[in-house]
Amino acid sequence: MKVLFRDISHDFGSVRVLDDINLSVVAGEFVCILGPSGCGKSTLLNIAGGFVAPMEGEVSIDGEKVSGPDPRRIFVFQERGVFPWLTVEENIGFGLFRQGEKEKRERIAHYVQLVGLKGFEKSYPRELSGGMKQRLEVARALAVDPDVLYLDEPFGALDSITRLQMRRELLRIWQAERKTILFVTHDIEESVQLADRVVVLSARPGRVRRVVDIDIPHPRDLSDPRYIALRDEIFGEIGLAHQV
Amino acid sequence: MRDEGRGTRYESILVTAVLVALWHFAVMATGTKIFPSPVAVLRGLNDLPHLGAYTRDSLFRVACGYGAAVLLGIPVGLALGWFSSAARAANPLIQMLRPISPLAWMPLSVIWFGVSNLAPIFLIFLASFFPVVLATMNGVRNVPPVYVQAGRNFGLSTGALIARVIFPAVLPRILVGLRIAFGVAWLVLVAAEMIAVDSGLGYLIIDARNAGKRYDLVVGGMLLIGAIGLVLDALIRRTEKLKFVRWAFTEGR
Repeated sequence: MKVLFRDISHDFGSVRVLDDINLSVVAGEFVCILGPSGCGKSTLLNIAGGFVAPMEGEVSIDGEKVSGPDPRRIFVFQERGVFPWLTVEENIGFGLFRQGEKEKRERIAHYVQLVGLKGFEKSYPRELSGGMKQRLEVARALAVDPDVLYLDEPFGALDSITRLQMRRELLRIWQAERKTILFVTHDIEESVQLADRVVVLSARPGRVRRVVDIDIPHPRDLSDPRYIALRDEIFGEIGLAHQV
Repeated sequence: MRDEGRGTRYESILVTAVLVALWHFAVMATGTKIFPSPVAVLRGLNDLPHLGAYTRDSLFRVACGYGAAVLLGIPVGLALGWFSSAARAANPLIQMLRPISPLAWMPLSVIWFGVSNLAPIFLIFLASFFPVVLATMNGVRNVPPVYVQAGRNFGLSTGALIARVIFPAVLPRILVGLRIAFGVAWLVLVAAEMIAVDSGLGYLIIDARNAGKRYDLVVGGMLLIGAIGLVLDALIRRTEKLKFVRWAFTEGR
């Protein structure tokens, strides 16, 4: 078991935000944590990342208890997380201070290529589009070769077309690099398009309502009856009539 | 923006020229003895043998006092911004000392440092230290938490985090603070040089009046102080164009 959440509960003040979460993720798996706003899904990710200590329960990775942030598991924010004072290549190289100069340069070149930022190595983030900044942040995370990536609504600030492209890019990168991914979103379609499994959380306090296996191979056809059936199942689970 | 800047530059030269001309004809028309014409000012300054040395002395004092304030103020500001308990402890003291005009320290500084360069340098230091500290401290407090979280995530120690994340993130605000601090330092210089020393542009003004009612030199000293301040401010402003801080000054472009 790669990532194991055991009996996680957490309060903010007197408000319970997470209630008895149990979840296990295997290595290389892509898991989406889906839930309404304020259900504690970001808190759950912050606990897994070691930024928040849970009030009850614990998270372990490879059997080792998580006690703080660790470069083996990198958190990707919305594109706001890139450093505006560094160029594209300096951002990607940010975490590579333990590597030699030569390896650092090779890794930067590799990830510039992987996320499609070739030709922009010397550009600053303000010269990039939202989607490019998002890819830059993913590249910066991948460059330190983590085994787990935490993505907290990473595409929330992008327009819907860019968001679709970014999902395809992320899947391509995931298939090339085989990282374990925990992806927090409130977008049902997004979770069904990306994940091996979707963990549906209830509204506050967040509890695991249901775990849905998405047994459709990639690339996924968005008009496939199986896709639509799974999507509607989750819509039903959350209690929304699928009509506008 | 650049085009606009060029346009206003021509306009401002024109406006200045018109005002100088008005000044000239007003003095001519009234025949006043207590206010010099622009020509008289230029002639007076030109005849002053130690003008260059005075300017150099003034710049030296500002460089020392302001330089010390920058070198000390930035680390103090970073520390106070980072350790909120230290800031809470020091804040009442800072807030109490800050509204005291640096000039109020004059008597004490003369007693402490006597008739020497150190007295005005100390006053300039006091004047510019607090703006630098406060700008840096407030900047640190306003660094977006995602930057700190990202830095921690990559395994940076606190020292590395401050050097590689906090400092570059705050640098634009520090530069703004340096500019404000410089303005105050230059203001205080003139007053500081009216005591304790016998050279400098401030001394020139007070000495020109006391020694012979040379109002051409009084006005000349004033104009020189203004002009040098303008040039130095423009130089400091240029740092905002440096490539690793431009992100903060080009919002929305």
